Amino acid sequence: MRHLRTELRQRAEELVGLYPQRRSAMLPLLHLVQEQDGYLTPEGIAEVAELTGTSEADVRGTASFYDMFHLEPVGRYVVGVCTNIACLLRGGEEMLAHASATLGCAVGGTSSDGLFTLEETECLADCDRAPVVQVNHRYVRTTTPELFDALIEDLRAGRRDHEVPHHGTLIRVRRAGGLHAEHEEIVSQRAASRAARDERAKESQ
Amino acid sequence: MASLDTPRIVSSRWSLPDSHTLSRYLDSGGYVALRKALTMFPEAVAAEVDAASLLGRGGAGFPAGRKWSMLRRSAISYLVVNGDESEPATFKDHYLVERDPHQLVEGVIIAAYALQVSQAFIFLRGEFALGLERVQQAVNDAYEYGALGSSIFGSSFSLDIVVHPGAGAYICGEETALIEALEGKRGFPRIKPPFFPAAVGLYGEPTVVNNVETMSNLPWIVNNGGAAFAALGAGRSTGTRLFALAGRVRNPGAYELEMVKNTFRDLIYDPRLGGGILEDRAIKAIIPGGVSAPWFGPELLDVPLGQDEVAEKGSMLGSGSIVVLDETSCVVRATWRIVKFFSRESCGQCTPCREGSGWLERIMYRLENGGGRPEDLDLLLDLSDNIAPGLTWPPQQTTICVLGPSIPSSIHSAITLFRDDFVAHVEHGSCPHV
Repeated sequence: MRHLRTELRQRAEELVGLYPQRRSAMLPLLHLVQEQDGYLTPEGIAEVAELTGTSEADVRGTASFYDMFHLEPVGRYVVGVCTNIACLLRGGEEMLAHASATLGCAVGGTSSDGLFTLEETECLADCDRAPVVQVNHRYVRTTTPELFDALIEDLRAGRRDHEVPHHGTLIRVRRAGGLHAEHEEIVSQRAASRAARDERAKESQ
Repeated sequence: MASLDTPRIVSSRWSLPDSHTLSRYLDSGGYVALRKALTMFPEAVAAEVDAASLLGRGGAGFPAGRKWSMLRRSAISYLVVNGDESEPATFKDHYLVERDPHQLVEGVIIAAYALQVSQAFIFLRGEFALGLERVQQAVNDAYEYGALGSSIFGSSFSLDIVVHPGAGAYICGEETALIEALEGKRGFPRIKPPFFPAAVGLYGEPTVVNNVETMSNLPWIVNNGGAAFAALGAGRSTGTRLFALAGRVRNPGAYELEMVKNTFRDLIYDPRLGGGILEDRAIKAIIPGGVSAPWFGPELLDVPLGQDEVAEKGSMLGSGSIVVLDETSCVVRATWRIVKFFSRESCGQCTPCREGSGWLERIMYRLENGGGRPEDLDLLLDLSDNIAPGLTWPPQQTTICVLGPSIPSSIHSAITLFRDDFVAHVEHGSCPHV
């Protein structure tokens, strides 16, 4: 019984095919599960284990290492506010406190309507627009409390869905097709190129 | 005044509209370098990079050409691009992947050709959702354009590039941890030796790991020659570099400057760059190369922005990020936040780092929040000494990777430069400057 819907299952199989070892697809596959379920459901984890040839415990153990994977349900919008050094110096902590008040939830919690989960993040690499706020890993550049509140209103009304897809949708641009270069072709090209290089090296000596 | 009349090598397209698209890339000289490289012998391309003396732009500053020459030539080997950019206050790769993804892709193809590798992976931190989309689109376009895939531009060179999303872990910027993540595991750095993935890397095969900015320099180097690149800068620091300026400056941003020709003061105060400090306040300290680097006081503002120049003064240019603290910034709070970061991001394999970072964080927390004790300063330094014995720079290592020994940098710097501030926190329970 498959848990991923047909389209995502097909994409998952393509992903596995991109790597010399199928376990390598672990992180991209977990992102796919979150895209469908919003968080890492037990059924999703089981399917990733099957796809990567590992166990559910192994998948869960790997996933729990990474901040972006949620083992519990989260809101449709995960709001991340950075308080690391560059943001600290430009009001990151104040922004986090404001976000908590606006959303009516503690840091790490989810708003009562289930729409928003608030996280305190480490550096998000957008430090010239500090304090940095991301929603579902999209930079929203709301550097003042007023801009933040307007953003939340927009999100509630669904007015920003074109730029901030729902939680779990990491990338909307998909790889076009699998690997293009055939293994045999690569092997023969490399053998020829090494032979030619050795020949040149011999000549130059 | 800063010297700005040098070519922009990696940021030349940033101000163009739709700079991320293939059409814009093509009408601004894109993929010319790749066509040229394919007419050269692979080792000749590598020789140009060697002649450029391009130092890796990730943080360690290892010469890219030398890293390449360590790649043992075996049947299958890999090129991995490190786009995990997570060193606090570093945001140059963010702009490179969003604003000029084709330049990165072209650089990767050139490097793969020079190294004759069969498959390349571009690892981008998961928080770069837009960057991942842009680079994936660039890769898709490059396949369609014939710059990737089977028989590139009709040559006998074939290559596949896979864009791989990370999932939120600072440690994956460490190249062996990144390889573990790429193998679908927890991002645990690998035990050394072997010191370099060039010996044992992805799937145990020889692997080269290079930073996004390093790769983005390659099209220019192939077009203009390694010598032209080496003519810029001075000493070991050749070419240009992206400097990510953040903190209490008027115009924070990522600025591409010729290496060595400008100082920290130029970068921070030039009106075309940082534009000075907010409200014209005085600088208290700068953190020159990411939060792993020891701090500089204002007396070192005239140090040139070069690898060896900064190292001589006891710090590092590192990831090229510069954080400015002004006279109203609380150094105790800043230090606490940096230590909290390391504590959160320690992977947990090594005791000095896992336990030490947590101890340091708790002591810093109580100092910052009014519970500090007079003996805490010595305790902080003693604990730091357990993580990086002797508190030297570069630090002694007690752990598998350099995350651990980087933890004490801020504490040691801040206590050395601003002991009075720490004492005031103990005595008054709060900061005298905020």
